[in-house]
Amino acid sequence: MCAVRGLTKTYPAARGRRGTPATPEIKANDAVELQVRRGEIFGLLGPNGAGKSTLVRQLTGLMRPDEGTVDILGHDIVRHPERAARILAYLGQESTALDDLTVSLAAETTGRLRGLDVTRAREERDAVLDELGLTPLAARPIRKLSGGQRRLACFAAALVGERPLLVLDEPTTGMDPVARRAVWAAVDRRRAERGTTVLLVTHNVIEAETVLDRVAVLDKGRVIACDTPAGLKEKVAGEVRVDLVWRERAPLEVPEVAALRSRADESGRRWTLRLAPEEARAVVATVTGGAAFVALDDFTLATPSLEDVYLALGGGAQQGLVKA
Amino acid sequence: MSVVPAEFLPGETLAVPERDPAAPAALGPRARLWPSLAAVYRAQLSRARVARIPLLFVATFQSVGIMILMRGVVDGGSEAQAVVAGSSVLVVAFVALNLLAQYFGQLRSSGGLDHYATLPVPPAAVVLGAAGAYASFTVPGTIVTAVFGCVLFGLPLTHLWVLAAVIPLAGAALAGLGAALGLLAPRPELATLLGQLGMSAALLLGVLPAERMPAVVQLARDLLPSTYGVEAFARTFGPGPDWALVLGDLAVCAGVGVISLAVATWAYRRAAVR
Repeated sequence: MCAVRGLTKTYPAARGRRGTPATPEIKANDAVELQVRRGEIFGLLGPNGAGKSTLVRQLTGLMRPDEGTVDILGHDIVRHPERAARILAYLGQESTALDDLTVSLAAETTGRLRGLDVTRAREERDAVLDELGLTPLAARPIRKLSGGQRRLACFAAALVGERPLLVLDEPTTGMDPVARRAVWAAVDRRRAERGTTVLLVTHNVIEAETVLDRVAVLDKGRVIACDTPAGLKEKVAGEVRVDLVWRERAPLEVPEVAALRSRADESGRRWTLRLAPEEARAVVATVTGGAAFVALDDFTLATPSLEDVYLALGGGAQQGLVKA
Repeated sequence: MSVVPAEFLPGETLAVPERDPAAPAALGPRARLWPSLAAVYRAQLSRARVARIPLLFVATFQSVGIMILMRGVVDGGSEAQAVVAGSSVLVVAFVALNLLAQYFGQLRSSGGLDHYATLPVPPAAVVLGAAGAYASFTVPGTIVTAVFGCVLFGLPLTHLWVLAAVIPLAGAALAGLGAALGLLAPRPELATLLGQLGMSAALLLGVLPAERMPAVVQLARDLLPSTYGVEAFARTFGPGPDWALVLGDLAVCAGVGVISLAVATWAYRRAAVR
């Protein structure tokens, strides 16, 4: 339903000015290929600067690609960017256009600007606010809400005036678990009833694993993997992750610990190791006895997550997808 | 990268059949100009309750203050008429030009325009709706200023009804200018600066009596659209106003309004899709 072929976008080099250093030319998207199927929740996962937002801006007709095609439900979005607004609903990261409106007026106005008449816009507004549990906040200006509530109100506006494709850029940022559940329940309902497709941009690895049908991992403008979360995790199925947290510092006087150091990702008192299961068992045995145990504050042993997949694929090396 | 072919993917999550890929799907409806203009106007007007009321007071107090100051300088007659008319139109310049330029400048820089750009709404509806709302914000302040000025300088209240034409037409010209400046400025600080400069120009060139100005300033005054709103209003204070000239001045405002709103619409289109 949404096919992206050879999509390339390069930001031109910027000359340095006072206070802002010069930036070289940046290839934000490099021959990106994606095939999103109808009714899917498809995720774009990647660290900051991986090119997720640039990709989404091209899919929503907000930016013209340098090369490549975007086809959504049979419409060429590169040639007819104005059609994107009639096929998809977009939830961006910014809410400035809606901030001064009340929750109810934001939803109603958005519905009217999606071509609904007054009566339909109000009906859908009431239904969506009720569905998301926003009715008690309906008369409050969005600016005065907490971050998560604000996000939920913008999500509500995105749902008024049905569209077959929802493009959501980090929709659940700052939300409490109740609001999160409301968002995914609303998405699931639309998917089951109308076959709505969702393209989700996310940072959140845990959420990605639980809600996505398929995920494309982006790194430096390229898609480095695309599969189901389970399929991706199989690629590193042979490994487990051991996290060790030391009390003050690592007991390097213990030879087994000193030997591990070269294989660990260190961040402060935390060491993260990716090991074969039998190696992991040996490490746990070492650190839970003797001098090492005295220095140990906490340890966890976990099966691989999408984060580990990302690192195993060679993406972004040190920093990973999210700050855990 | 690996685009996994559909047949290798785990079972369909849905029973909904895939569309015939050759046939493009039906598009959602397009929002028509007038209904969407009305929706934007209403939404913008409601913002006044949240964000704009204190600034409306500032605009009015500024104009009232200027008139009180000028009372010691001008001594009735045509100068007093110019001061009252200029102060009244200054309220329009403050809100429609200055605040609208700031609003669009901020909306553009923060990415808020994406919201409108991903809705099937005609650009003119967004620009005209916002400009109309900002012009409407000026109504109470302008009327209060005009009435206060007439009482202060002993001018007749007879023809104040002409404000019903002056506010929308001067409002259109100044709001169009404000919107265009806000949408064209590459940075929000610049939009704010241009809006402030526009308002200062309206203040200096509109309120201070023109006869005392050097020729260069007089020329600048002729180039500023708010001047024509001021002149149209000022002409109606005298005994037996020349309505043809009033209409002429208002026609200039209307013309500038049409052009500047068209430029603003073009600027919006340009700012929305990069």
